[in-house]
Amino acid sequence: MLRFILLRLLQAIPVILVVITVTFFLVRVAPGGPFDSEKPVTREVKAALEAQYKLDLPLFQQYTSYLGDLAEGDLGPSFKYPGRSVNELIAAGFPVTAELGFYALLVAVGIGGLAGVIAALKPNTAQDYIPMSLAMIGICMPSFLLGPLLVLVFGIHLDWLPVSGWGDIPGDKILPSLTLGAGYAAYIARLGRAGMLEVLSQDYIRTARAKGLPEWQVVLKHSLRGGLIPVVAFLGPAFAGLLAGSFVVETIFQIPGLGRFYVQAAFNRDYTMILGTTVFLSVLIVLFNLLSDVLAAWMNPRLRAQFGH
Amino acid sequence: MNTQTIDDIAQAEQGTSLWKDAWLRLRKNHLAVFGLVTLVLFIVIALLTPWIAPYSYQAQDLELGASPPSAAHWLGTDIFGRDLMTQIMYGGRISLAVGFVATAVALLIGVTWGAIAGYVGGRTDAVMMRLVDILYALPFMIFIVLLTVVFGRNMLLLFLAIGAVEWLTMARIMRGQVQSLRQQEFVEAAISLGLSPATLIRRHLVPNALGPIIVYTTLTIPNVMLLEAFLSFLGLGIQPPQTSWGLLISYGAETMEEYPWLLIFPGLALTLTLFSLNFLGDGLRDALDVRGAKD
Amino acid sequence: MLPTFCRFLLLVAAVTLLTACGGGESNVASGNRLGILHFGNGSEPQGLDPHVVTGVPENKIIRALFEGLAVKNPYTLEPEPGVAQSWDISEDGRIITFHINPEARWSNGDPMRASDYVWSWKRLLSPALGGEYAYMLYPVANAQAFHKGDITDFSEVGVKALDDLTLQVTLEERTPYFLQLMDHYSTFAVHPPTIEKFGKATDRYTPWTRVENMVSNGAFRLKKWELNRRIELEKSDTYWDRDKVRLNGIIYYPTENVVSEERMFRVGQLHYTNSVPLGKIPVYKEMPDSPYMQEPYLGTYYYLLNTLVPPTDNLNVRKALSMAVDRDKLNATVLKGTNISAYSITPPDTLGYYPPRLFNYDPERARELLAEAGYPDGEGWPGLELTYNTSEDHRKIAVALQQMWKDVLNIDVTLTNQEWKVYLDSITNMHFQIARRGWIGDYVDPNNFLDLFLTGGGNNNTGFSDPRYDEMILQKAPQATSKEERFAVFHEAETLLMEQMPIIPVYTYTSKHLIHPSVKGLPPNLMDSLNLKYVWLEDDVQTTEAND
Repeated sequence: MLRFILLRLLQAIPVILVVITVTFFLVRVAPGGPFDSEKPVTREVKAALEAQYKLDLPLFQQYTSYLGDLAEGDLGPSFKYPGRSVNELIAAGFPVTAELGFYALLVAVGIGGLAGVIAALKPNTAQDYIPMSLAMIGICMPSFLLGPLLVLVFGIHLDWLPVSGWGDIPGDKILPSLTLGAGYAAYIARLGRAGMLEVLSQDYIRTARAKGLPEWQVVLKHSLRGGLIPVVAFLGPAFAGLLAGSFVVETIFQIPGLGRFYVQAAFNRDYTMILGTTVFLSVLIVLFNLLSDVLAAWMNPRLRAQFGH
Repeated sequence: MNTQTIDDIAQAEQGTSLWKDAWLRLRKNHLAVFGLVTLVLFIVIALLTPWIAPYSYQAQDLELGASPPSAAHWLGTDIFGRDLMTQIMYGGRISLAVGFVATAVALLIGVTWGAIAGYVGGRTDAVMMRLVDILYALPFMIFIVLLTVVFGRNMLLLFLAIGAVEWLTMARIMRGQVQSLRQQEFVEAAISLGLSPATLIRRHLVPNALGPIIVYTTLTIPNVMLLEAFLSFLGLGIQPPQTSWGLLISYGAETMEEYPWLLIFPGLALTLTLFSLNFLGDGLRDALDVRGAKD
Repeated sequence: MLPTFCRFLLLVAAVTLLTACGGGESNVASGNRLGILHFGNGSEPQGLDPHVVTGVPENKIIRALFEGLAVKNPYTLEPEPGVAQSWDISEDGRIITFHINPEARWSNGDPMRASDYVWSWKRLLSPALGGEYAYMLYPVANAQAFHKGDITDFSEVGVKALDDLTLQVTLEERTPYFLQLMDHYSTFAVHPPTIEKFGKATDRYTPWTRVENMVSNGAFRLKKWELNRRIELEKSDTYWDRDKVRLNGIIYYPTENVVSEERMFRVGQLHYTNSVPLGKIPVYKEMPDSPYMQEPYLGTYYYLLNTLVPPTDNLNVRKALSMAVDRDKLNATVLKGTNISAYSITPPDTLGYYPPRLFNYDPERARELLAEAGYPDGEGWPGLELTYNTSEDHRKIAVALQQMWKDVLNIDVTLTNQEWKVYLDSITNMHFQIARRGWIGDYVDPNNFLDLFLTGGGNNNTGFSDPRYDEMILQKAPQATSKEERFAVFHEAETLLMEQMPIIPVYTYTSKHLIHPSVKGLPPNLMDSLNLKYVWLEDDVQTTEAND
């Protein structure tokens, strides 16, 4: 197992290098530069700006010097926010987004996983239909819709919860976490149900049942692991995507997270910020996909045996 | 080895009978039939829209503006005084096309990729899945902006762009399934019977991994319809006065307090499609699940 | 299993309820009590270095932190004393001598000196800084030459410290709006030792604007800066006119989403919103004691017509397109009566200047003109593409116009929305036929709008070029000796411009805010220019607020 993880971490190096290289050149090709604005700057000003940020050097030299700085952990200055470094912006935004993502994941796995398992136990009954219908409505509710709706109901009409902010007013973390988690909960519920149904129809479960084991034991000890494999395969990228996808929720609830920086960097053509957040995100993706694969392997009894050897 | 898996193999060798069986079983599932009928109805409406739409989709009545449902406009009108029902009908053409085609693209790539990676394993698997990791990490928005600039506005591009992102998770799920199936007895049996890997994947691994794949597919379709709205925002895809459900919903969301019908009706269309898809998907899954069916 | 799930849901509901009830006092209520203004500011500022940043949210914070030599009176927009307690203007209008208030202090207690201005203006004009607003000082003698690198000796530029408190500015030529520029943040002084402590004068990437480093000279000083969350200012005790400052502090919120911002306002989290969602405006307008404030704003929303490519290279086509737009109807319906129909580039009543109005909505004439151009009733129309940057409001206007052109002229126009930077790229390179554009004035003078269309101007983007026009703007107007004479030249030039119709003016902007009734001393004006120094909060009004 340890060897597997080490191998994957080694593989991460070329992955991240490719991501950096492709992104580096991709953003340069995209039309519009970081210093284009509605009131266009004169040629002299633009040249001065480019010189300040070393954009006047040959492209390849910029690339190697970026890699050099990166090796020292320096992601460079932001173009959009003069006086701020990309490291600083990520350090400011990431803890917030990670916390939001963590709560959202709790919501998603808690509600979604439970609903999926419950539904799978008695397929095609009310116990199946009710949680699944809720899940489907959850999928149809993109966060740009669910967020404002929740705010309207709980924040304005009922006046129970704050309409925006993060850690400013007690309770202001509830609505954003629910909004972000809901869509994923729906996925997890559906995938969990399908995976469980698949497993529950397998022979070894029948054998377990035939042996007269109580139903909860059948579910917990024998089926849950196998049944949730698709959920786990989904969770790896989902968590990484959660971080990038929190942009909408962060904007609706005025949350000072990384998602806003990540999306705005692309709109602003803030090259260093795009690269910085992308590198950061790719590290997360590699880690979470690895975690999800390790989990899946652990959950799959046969694969686990393989790792043992 | 149990007799049932041998039946499976035998059945598959015989060709279509598995699908015929499945169809018979599907027909008995009322919800699945409901889903199928609704979807077919939506598709027929979408195809016939230019002839049956009650109003022109572009003619405006600015003085009328946004009006709630009435006898003249069953679902109300939008801020330009355009009939909402007509908008939803035309929007359905785009959304259904995008939803099905882009998902099909994602499905094709994702399932093939995941199945091969999961089945072959080893170094091939590593390279293929690391490629998936790379694609996950690239800044999607910049990629889309580049596409629009290089190729301009183009429906085909829209399908490809959406398919290109949606297949990644599909591949991961498929790979996970195949990996866990590969060690099961009936697969080992099939290998010992001398089936070629391609046949094995096509005949045994894919059908047996169908459950989560069908579910994920049915989930992807509405997601893709909403993604289309975002891509239109970035300048890819359709342009006014053309519309889609995703766009109608995002416009409606902005004025949900003032003109709720502008959100509710397009939202209903999308929700109904999703429900139908899921009923049909579950029905298909059950119908194709040979083990479950023989209980 | 099911009961467990239900219990879980109940638990969630209970926790939600418990945590919810602790909402307590709203920001507005506590703000009124403590004298703190809660201000919706649109977005996170790029930064707070007056010479480096550009943009409206930055402006609103910087103008509370810093003060210029002369400031605009918020009621009349006329210049009044700021850091300079008075100034003398020579007979020919070319030499302005500012007398700096001996009481003027930096927030660290240092006295302000005339030399701080010389140093600061040198910084702004240094090519290496890349200050985007350096052109604000171009009226100063040799400033442009220094900025372009043609001269390198700053002593040749027309700004001199005669002594500690006397600053003499020599202009290239009479510039009636020069004093107004002294209230633009790019011309503000910064504290030289602070900047030099953290790097070269021309470095953009420096930490001098951080809370712990920042030294400013305005009515407020920086207290807290949490990225993307809030920026807090507190009353400065070194400000020369501190006795007049009534607020104890201001908290700026980066309210990017207008819908969320309106909701924050509704539950009492904000005193002042940066904007108002269009759909909500009719509702607010009908409220008694409405917090909705709408005022004409010094800006014009228009479409650029590319005069170098067919079919918009044809004057009759351009005129037909412009005359077929029913601006009043657009404004009354789609825009909910929030703007003012425009028929020329300069907003009406720009310090007493009114632009010419050469045409009206005239469908008959528009059809005739289109026929004269060779497309009777739209026959043979080659198609036309309208480009706009993605935004709900731009889309609404474009969709309405698309149909107006179809109805009146029977021609098809396709719409293309582009992501912001792509759109900028298209505009700059003139890769468009019709494109949406807006211009907000930096100072109140027709010149700020009319010099857009000089031959080859960076903001012209239409291909319009007329030597007579250039001569009027560049030569005749500056030589005019009276306001009337000057405005007559502008009027003639603008007539010349609109006869060629390189743009389709659509509307004059308005500024739109929700302002809590407890906020006092915030008069509306054409520049949407706030002087928060004069603002105060009246506590008793808050009792009528529904949410309290």
